[in-house]
Amino acid sequence: MAEPQITNKDFQPITVHHSEAEKIAGESASYWKDAWRRFKKNKLAIAGIIVILLLSFMAIFGGTISGQNYYEQDLLNANNPPSSDHWFGTDNLGRDVFARTWYGAQISLFIGLMAAIIDIVIGVIWGAIAGYFGGKTDEIMMRIADILYGLPYLLVVILLLVVLPQKLWTLIIAMTITGWINMARIVRGQVMQLKAQEFIMASKSLGAGNGRVLFKHLIPNTTGQILVTLTLTIPSAIFTESFLSFIGIGVQAPLASWGTMANDGLPALQYYPYQLFFPAIFICLTMLAFNVIGDGMRDALDPKERR
Amino acid sequence: MNKILEVKDLSVSFDTYGAEVKAVRGVSFDLEEKETLAIVGESGSGKSVTAQSIMRLIQMPPGKFVNGSILFNGEDLTEKPEKQMENIRGKEIGMIFQDPMTSLNPTMTIGKQIAEGLIKHRNMSKKEAHLKGIELLKLVGIPTPEVRINQYPHEYSGGMRQRAMIAIALACNPKILIADEPTTALDVTIQAQILDLMRGLQEETGTAIILITHDLGIVANMASRVAVMYGGKIVETGTVDEIFYHPKHPYTWGLLGSMPKLDIEEEELQVIPGSPPDLADPPKGCPFVTRCPYAMSACTKQMPAYTNISDTQKTACWLLDDRAPEVQIPESAIVGGSEINA
Amino acid sequence: MVTYILKRLGYIILSLFFIITITFFLMHAAPGGPFASERALTPAIEAQMNEAYGLNDPIHVQYLDYLVSAFTFDFGPSFKYVGQEVSDIIRRGLPYSLVLGLEAMFIALAIGVLLGVIAALKHNRFGDYTAMIIAVLGISVPSFIMAAVLQYIFAIQMQLLPIARFETFAHTILPAVALASTPLAFIARLMRSSMLDVLSTDYIKTAKSKGLGQRVVTYRHGLRNAILPVISYIGPLVASILTGSFVIEKIFGIPGLGNEFVVSVTNRDYTVIMGTTVFFSVLLLVSILLVDLVYGLVDPRIKVAAKGDKG
Repeated sequence: MAEPQITNKDFQPITVHHSEAEKIAGESASYWKDAWRRFKKNKLAIAGIIVILLLSFMAIFGGTISGQNYYEQDLLNANNPPSSDHWFGTDNLGRDVFARTWYGAQISLFIGLMAAIIDIVIGVIWGAIAGYFGGKTDEIMMRIADILYGLPYLLVVILLLVVLPQKLWTLIIAMTITGWINMARIVRGQVMQLKAQEFIMASKSLGAGNGRVLFKHLIPNTTGQILVTLTLTIPSAIFTESFLSFIGIGVQAPLASWGTMANDGLPALQYYPYQLFFPAIFICLTMLAFNVIGDGMRDALDPKERR
Repeated sequence: MNKILEVKDLSVSFDTYGAEVKAVRGVSFDLEEKETLAIVGESGSGKSVTAQSIMRLIQMPPGKFVNGSILFNGEDLTEKPEKQMENIRGKEIGMIFQDPMTSLNPTMTIGKQIAEGLIKHRNMSKKEAHLKGIELLKLVGIPTPEVRINQYPHEYSGGMRQRAMIAIALACNPKILIADEPTTALDVTIQAQILDLMRGLQEETGTAIILITHDLGIVANMASRVAVMYGGKIVETGTVDEIFYHPKHPYTWGLLGSMPKLDIEEEELQVIPGSPPDLADPPKGCPFVTRCPYAMSACTKQMPAYTNISDTQKTACWLLDDRAPEVQIPESAIVGGSEINA
Repeated sequence: MVTYILKRLGYIILSLFFIITITFFLMHAAPGGPFASERALTPAIEAQMNEAYGLNDPIHVQYLDYLVSAFTFDFGPSFKYVGQEVSDIIRRGLPYSLVLGLEAMFIALAIGVLLGVIAALKHNRFGDYTAMIIAVLGISVPSFIMAAVLQYIFAIQMQLLPIARFETFAHTILPAVALASTPLAFIARLMRSSMLDVLSTDYIKTAKSKGLGQRVVTYRHGLRNAILPVISYIGPLVASILTGSFVIEKIFGIPGLGNEFVVSVTNRDYTVIMGTTVFFSVLLLVSILLVDLVYGLVDPRIKVAAKGDKG
């Protein structure tokens, strides 16, 4: 590399502005832009989003495109393997597995989403209040959470389902009985950290009330964490639903979900494995997609944690 | 005097996301037996990377040697196989780190941590190593070493942990001790004790010390020679007297100016405005140009060559070129004679 | 040390008291529950129930009676099966569940830790990606699906292993692997991030600077510290294995406690539900205590061990 010639006139004093000097480092993108830029690089997570979009589309429209419906029984054509008529075959009552799969998708995704959203709402409010007010309030609220958290989640849900009437909404309620605690802990931690920072002090000194500080400043600043937890809560809710349906206390007939379909398919595993494998594949695919999206979001939002 | 360590034109880089961070860019210095060399600079100047490169403690990848050599007893450490490096580390060169709270293994007793090196390099039995450990703890000034040796790091105070670290580093009588900011994480009163301890042990054992620090006060107390690093390069090097009384580089002036002085009444401490350069995209010329009050256009174009001020002092600055305007050392950088007793 | 354990035991008894109370009143609230008078019972069972529970007594007396008998592990007779005591059912199912659970825990811990360590040591290289893909799959495939897939591949297609029941060691392999798959994946991820954290600490640099070999640094200094989070995960692991056993025992037709529980739930066999729930809780609380004690032994910073050292 040829060195540039240094001449006499190069020895005139110049001023280099600090701002100019720092520009070299490149314009610092905003937090969300930056996160999105990192997220886009994660091919797995993008694939996960595409999978979820496709599954949601099929859940809405998939039931009709094969020209079959999910409820019509045709005992003469029971246990048929996949064919041009019945793309995923038929079950032991001669119902079309393809149509049932997308009908089941509606139920499974709906329950997963609803349970996750309720978890998040309760968790955010509980955690934010505990973290924001601190002291005795915090002590009592978190002690309650600890007691609930000490019990195995599925055991508690099962016990509740024994007692509650078997409806879709009771299933969702039972599933959220302790699911929110994780979220509450995360939000509480974030809020406690944030409330010590200057901008909250500034806002308070300007006369903002507790509610305003909480909802305008604290909760929006935990959005990243909340989004990640939401994404990772959905697959575990879908798992819980399928688990409960699989042991027969979740979704009840005539409703069907992927879990109930898997349960129905289990006895026929040896001879008609497709009856179990179609719903099973979609349960796994959905959970996988949400898990990789959640991991991708966590990496993108918290570059320090990135490995 | 014998040179025991020669670093020649060393360049170390790190491959990070989309960029190569050039942390050390062509650094040369040497170390003589029994002397103390201080490497001074602010965080991000490359001083710690230089120190860890000598020990080959840089994770590779992402780190890599781009250029240069590190000669120890005439052998190039950058090319040594990992297995042979193990016989240098701890045995020939010892190291202590900045934060004694994190540099000791929390789940192992101090005694075992001292013994490991002795067992490996001195072929001692566990029992011998234990007895030697007690002796070492006594040497570094830990009371009731027979009890303390069986304790875990969390039962030690910060200052005691750093003493234990020194015991570990000096266990096998290394020829060189690298101390990477050894007192930065400690209370001021403890700092002085640790420095006293290091000086005393150096007199006793004759170990050469490379002292990495950003604190010129420590340098004045400990070192015989100083290398000032900035932006991955050594911008000035000389004896302690030369650096303190006849500094030639504007960055050294800035450092001296930012040192608190006892004999002058000042309203506030001087600071060097701006921040160090981004080493993923280092400037073509002198790295200090963006913060230098005397910057010329030459400084932006090309890194200045070293000018030999004396046999021992070298400075890389365009101001020392004949064509450059005459510049006076600023008042704030003038050090009163009474402070330095080196 | 002794005071610590006593204190913890006190907490366990307190928690159990809450659990028993909650389940008792939950079951009382159950529609058509055992204590609902409109429920049609066979005369034999009704007589037994009346005798065992004193159903004619006021509710607080019933509750106190149940409390006392629960602490002596006497949960009364089954509601569905005439002449069977709940404690007999537990005693019968426990050995199966214990073998299955311990085997699954061993698999999850051993392979999970191994995968995590490999991933951390081969960070951002092929081994890391492989291990983490296995982990994400493990988390995304529910254990009951894993069980069906294993049955289909190894029992039906390849005919290598028995499809169901629980008699020889060969019978235990598939259910144990299926039960272990999800916690294994969690442990692998936990171990990887913990190991990466530890490997970047200063004390690993200190260990290297002493001239210790790569192996000694990684295992003596790295692994021992990195495994601490995994030890604290053993509590949740027990819970996960326990609930996982509900489906796995059903799929593999294992007459264990998990299976009994699911059957009792579908049969609304309330006394068995209550008995097994209390028993599961005891199991869980005790294992969490044991884990904490082990943790104290491994990590000298924890107070239990510090007290222990001084006697």
